[in-house]
Amino acid sequence: MGAPLLEIRDLSVEFATPRGPIAAVREVSLEVRRGECLAIVGESGSGKSQLFLGSFGLLAAGGRAEGAVRFDGRDLLGPDTSPLRELRGTRVAMVFQDPMNALTPHLTIGQQLCEVVLDRGLLDAAEARARCLEALRSVRMPDPEARLRQYPHELSGGQRQRAAIAMALMTRPDLIVADEPTTALDVTVQAQVLDVLREARDLGLALVLITHDLGVVAGIADRVAVMYAGRIVESAPVRELFAAPAHPYTAALLASVPRLDAPLTGRLEAIEGQPPQPGEERHGCSFAPRCPSAVAQCRELRPALQVAGERSVACHAPRAHAGARP
Amino acid sequence: MSEHLLQVRGLSVRFPQRRAGLFGAHRWLTAVDGVDLDVVAGQSVGIVGESGCGKSTLARAILGLVKPAAGSIDWRGTPVRLGDAAGLRRMRRELQAVFQDPVGSLDPRMTIGESVAEALVALEGRQQRAACDARVAATLGEVGLDVVLARRYPHELSGGQCQRAAIARAIVARPRLLVCDEAVSALDVSVQAQIVNLLGELRERHGLALLFISHNLAVVRHLSDEVIVLYLGRVVERAPREALFAMPRHPYTRALLAAVPEPDPVARSAERRAPLAEGEPASPQASAAASGCAYAARCPFADERCRRELPPLERDAAGHFIACHHWRALPRQP
Repeated sequence: MGAPLLEIRDLSVEFATPRGPIAAVREVSLEVRRGECLAIVGESGSGKSQLFLGSFGLLAAGGRAEGAVRFDGRDLLGPDTSPLRELRGTRVAMVFQDPMNALTPHLTIGQQLCEVVLDRGLLDAAEARARCLEALRSVRMPDPEARLRQYPHELSGGQRQRAAIAMALMTRPDLIVADEPTTALDVTVQAQVLDVLREARDLGLALVLITHDLGVVAGIADRVAVMYAGRIVESAPVRELFAAPAHPYTAALLASVPRLDAPLTGRLEAIEGQPPQPGEERHGCSFAPRCPSAVAQCRELRPALQVAGERSVACHAPRAHAGARP
Repeated sequence: MSEHLLQVRGLSVRFPQRRAGLFGAHRWLTAVDGVDLDVVAGQSVGIVGESGCGKSTLARAILGLVKPAAGSIDWRGTPVRLGDAAGLRRMRRELQAVFQDPVGSLDPRMTIGESVAEALVALEGRQQRAACDARVAATLGEVGLDVVLARRYPHELSGGQCQRAAIARAIVARPRLLVCDEAVSALDVSVQAQIVNLLGELRERHGLALLFISHNLAVVRHLSDEVIVLYLGRVVERAPREALFAMPRHPYTRALLAAVPEPDPVARSAERRAPLAEGEPASPQASAAASGCAYAARCPFADERCRRELPPLERDAAGHFIACHHWRALPRQP
């Protein structure tokens, strides 16, 4: 299997605010292997985006990341920032929720895609154009030659997201981090964009898919890490996680996905209550106030992440059938 | 027999497009094309379709926010006309709406309590301060918001809490029908489930009717008695919920169902239930030129007739309406 492509160790992300520092990510460790798709699932504010923005030095002003991040053996958070600058946008690319933010309104699709490789001196103009068409074809953009001359506003939402993914593919990166890439899209277009990402993954690219919707990860992820209040509470291979979620939060997230085959009771399984405010830290497990199976210990002592083989869970009372293999 | 709240007949909405040159003729984009729709008291009707299918324009026409080009909208037996300010005000007391962007639907400079009170005063007129406060507090309780949040501003609340506040604003004057235009689409799935349940509770408690608009059939399924599928401004399928989900008839409905992500990695690796809709939803501009079925360009079953002739909305034995030339011949199971 070899060394992981991306290795995050004990990463914490904090933001300085007038009311003192607010922790967004707390001592998270994870690995992304070559060619795999890791899904990071959590609600708004769980720290899932900040974890990767922090890892690649992209935090907003006032943000600070602490811990160790290694990409292909090179230290990214050390005093030497040159590895970070070399990697970003070449070997690591990001795709965000709103493709309009990734695309420049005053350049054509062709210009901005080519710019990615031309500015870095990776390819000459003719090669860049060929690469651009290749990237647009690989995201199955309809009529790619015509798209080269169009501006972002002339494209539909789904086409813009395809263009943003094509832009991420321009440098043939090793890793794409896609942060809620389908959340703003219709279900039909979402299904198509997921297909495109799945195909990119099948080409040998590693993919991190950040999402709040456990429903979309089933068809694409190899492994899933679930985050709550800045921490990973469970991680497991996708089949095992769906077959037997060990953490009550994972089980609740899974139950809240609207399904077409669920019995029509008129109700969806919601997780009652609110996630903790950003930076709010309590004794014990952060999920305890909303947890249906919390015991006294949960409110006293924070459960550590227990690792067993490929699975890990941070819970004092993990669900009984956890660990059972499907 | 339940009371008829909303009756829409042959509704069309058109928007002017850029002229072809300075002296060229105006071109029109038909966003909603001959839609019929009924909502009776306490009923929930789901409207499903992709971006650009006209579902929001339909909602806006019903709310009296855009002028229909043709057709009629009756609210409890009385025609709704855009020029009739008094009539619209009367209707608005009973017909309220919740939109997609929860933060954007609230005034950032008003506290949650003020926003809800403003809606109450606008709809029912000035009233005693104490009575108004009590109504606001009761309504916040009803949508599951702690009364202390009444003094907070929208930016201090989460998206789910803001959407609850927007619902509180909409129901404070006890409407009969709530139009929910993608009201849960921008929320996390866990919060989406809370809001879907809240709407279900309000329906049960007050007999509130819903017009629930969404692009996600899995969500619509939980809240609707009847489902209408729109494609480029036209109704392509309309059926009671059970019938629609047990046996979707139109190829587009099947494609929409196939696109719902299945939260099961084992099933997902198997074959999809139906072919995904290929390509993008066609733009309303492009479809104006075509004379046949608007879905023909993406439909795996389309033939020459589909491209030439507009399929009428036909009724099957079970009260299921389908606008497809081939619905009788399509494979029975999706």
